[in-house]
Amino acid sequence: MNNNWNDENYIGLVIGGSISRGIDIRLDKNTKVEELVIGRFIVIEGAAHKFFAQISDITLRTADQSLIDMPPDLSDTIISGIIKETSVYIVIEAIPYLSLDAALSLYEGIKPAKTVPPHFAKAYLAQEEDYNTVFGEGDTDHFWLGSPLDLDASIHLNLDRFVERSNGIFGKSGTGKTFLTRLILAGIVQKQKAVNLVFDMQSEYGWAGYTESGTGEVKGLKQLFNAHVAIFSMDQEHSRRRNVSPDYLVNIGYNQIEPEDIVMLRDTLNLSDVAADISYTLASHYGQDKWFLSFIGIGGTELRELANIIGVNSSALATLQTRLRRLQRFHFLTTQESDQAINHIIDHLDRGIHVVLEFGRYQHEFAAYILVANLITRRIHQKYSIRKEEAMGDKSKEPKPLVITIEEAHRFLTPGISEQTIFGNIAREMRKYNVTLLVVDQRPSGIDNEIMSQLGTKLCCLLDNDNDVNAVMSGVSGANKLRSVISKLDSKQQALVFGHAVPMPIALNIRNYDENAYKDLGTMNNLAHYIDSDRDTKDLFG
Amino acid sequence: MVNENTRIGEVVEATTTSFVSQCYRLYDSPYLGSIVKTGGPYPAFGLVYNITTQGIDPSRKPVARGIDNLSEDDVYKMNPQLEKLLRTDFFSITIGYIDNSKITCKLPPKPPPIYSFVGPCDDSDLLTLATDLSFIKVIVNSGLPATDELVAIIINKLASYNDNREEFLITAGKVLINVFPGDFRKMEYILSKVQL
Repeated sequence: MNNNWNDENYIGLVIGGSISRGIDIRLDKNTKVEELVIGRFIVIEGAAHKFFAQISDITLRTADQSLIDMPPDLSDTIISGIIKETSVYIVIEAIPYLSLDAALSLYEGIKPAKTVPPHFAKAYLAQEEDYNTVFGEGDTDHFWLGSPLDLDASIHLNLDRFVERSNGIFGKSGTGKTFLTRLILAGIVQKQKAVNLVFDMQSEYGWAGYTESGTGEVKGLKQLFNAHVAIFSMDQEHSRRRNVSPDYLVNIGYNQIEPEDIVMLRDTLNLSDVAADISYTLASHYGQDKWFLSFIGIGGTELRELANIIGVNSSALATLQTRLRRLQRFHFLTTQESDQAINHIIDHLDRGIHVVLEFGRYQHEFAAYILVANLITRRIHQKYSIRKEEAMGDKSKEPKPLVITIEEAHRFLTPGISEQTIFGNIAREMRKYNVTLLVVDQRPSGIDNEIMSQLGTKLCCLLDNDNDVNAVMSGVSGANKLRSVISKLDSKQQALVFGHAVPMPIALNIRNYDENAYKDLGTMNNLAHYIDSDRDTKDLFG
Repeated sequence: MVNENTRIGEVVEATTTSFVSQCYRLYDSPYLGSIVKTGGPYPAFGLVYNITTQGIDPSRKPVARGIDNLSEDDVYKMNPQLEKLLRTDFFSITIGYIDNSKITCKLPPKPPPIYSFVGPCDDSDLLTLATDLSFIKVIVNSGLPATDELVAIIINKLASYNDNREEFLITAGKVLINVFPGDFRKMEYILSKVQL
């Protein structure tokens, strides 16, 4: 057991509670309630177990109802002195998440709490070493994410577990989602846990991003990890203006567009279900590769004939054509039949080089973002499925774990379309194929419930819309308690982390992303060696 | 031991939890709520909770005598036999005793013998009693009439022997809350009498 506990950290005694509701701890008279905050991590010393719990509620109680009905004269120092120590008291409610069997070592002994500490067990504020016991210390698997709300200790995220499943980063606009995402991506790159593919809508992750105030610039992944990160750009001019030289300019042939992409764009292009479904008929009519160009190229008469042939309403067909023609304004779409860009991306990922796809001027074009993200991800999905099947016979062909980061995720994962699209598929089951999503969104209520509940780890910045909070909490045990923590987070640089990659939910101050972080994150000599040799082998032997 | 110069009476009736003392001089009893000490093998401390004055023969009730006298004092001057025909008794509840020269707030193993001398407590005894207020519970649970009043008087008395009156009253208040669980008002009422 921890020998460093002392009376300074003692806060009170267990006086009741249950597993489902939480443990009630009556605060000692010397504990200052205002110094305890919801979400604070505490340790309860049971007879044979040490329990790790989190404060979920704080209640003011009195032993005598009449005190509430008729408050005493507190200007009388004697009366107030007596009352403070006898008639009024504070009870905190804490949810026990983990227990550590004193007889076992740290790694074997720590388990989800399946029981409660006995009456009058002593409770203490958790200290740095308690946090380290639970969240691990910084090593090859654990990435320093931040510190608890009121203690200068390090909280680590288990990246091995993190990349095993799809994850979500949520929060209102301006709460630091982008910073948190950038930090986690940097962690994944540094610790070499997976290879990243980032659909970077606002061009914030690749070369440089802006500080929250918008005044300063912070380094992106490319600046930190140089050769290990490749920036792919959809818009050369935009990159040039920002003085960023992308590694590759992405062009996509119209032949790559499939009916599924159109279904995905249904809301963005304001299409009805029927109109979106017609694209499937068109694809079978014209052929998978040619349908898009052929369809948007035909005139009015031909269109009516086509409507007759495929048996659809001609006005619906005309609407579909008008809407699809809108996509022609995207300069990255070319009439040449090309899948070079996509192959390049896959090639980079294969070599362990992280890919950030910047959208440049298309940052406000959801249609472009959705189209490209869907298209590329679908191809990767196909590739990874095949690879994984091959790997069943030959372990060396096991594809590298891939994390795909998508922003504005509710546009991909809305309840209506998530079942049909590739992202829904990945969130549900691609874990088996070594592909997971990192979903970044400010409106989690717009994401299909089923997918939300499949997300392994959720990092949640401040959310104050009830629907959003409910959505994030779907499928989480003890949701009610965590809900109050989320709505009390600061609007900047604070997040509640819970799920697969952390042993218990924890509210934390996200670490600073500054010069020190650059120094800390930028060290990855081993990886440099590994990637170069990989590339050399490829260059030599093809 | 009871100081020879200050002793005021003798025990005339004793039980485990209380004793009755008769005053040497008519009306010369300690005040209500004061603490007295007996002699005997287990010198007991008692809190005076009742004082009575009546005829020595219960079958002969006193009769009015003052119709021709100018003042009440004159009644006694004109009838000196009254000093012998009347008696003043005071009743005490036992709140502690001396065991091996140590004061302890428990019941003595034996009550004080009849004719044990009774006198007031000295200051050092009171100071020791003030450190352990558990006797308040004994008083409250005794079922005596006007216990609130008694408790207030004794707290007030002990407080006056304490250098830090406020701190003592807070301690006493906490004891009272313990004795009357959940009844803040009772504690407040008793302390309000103390501070007057």
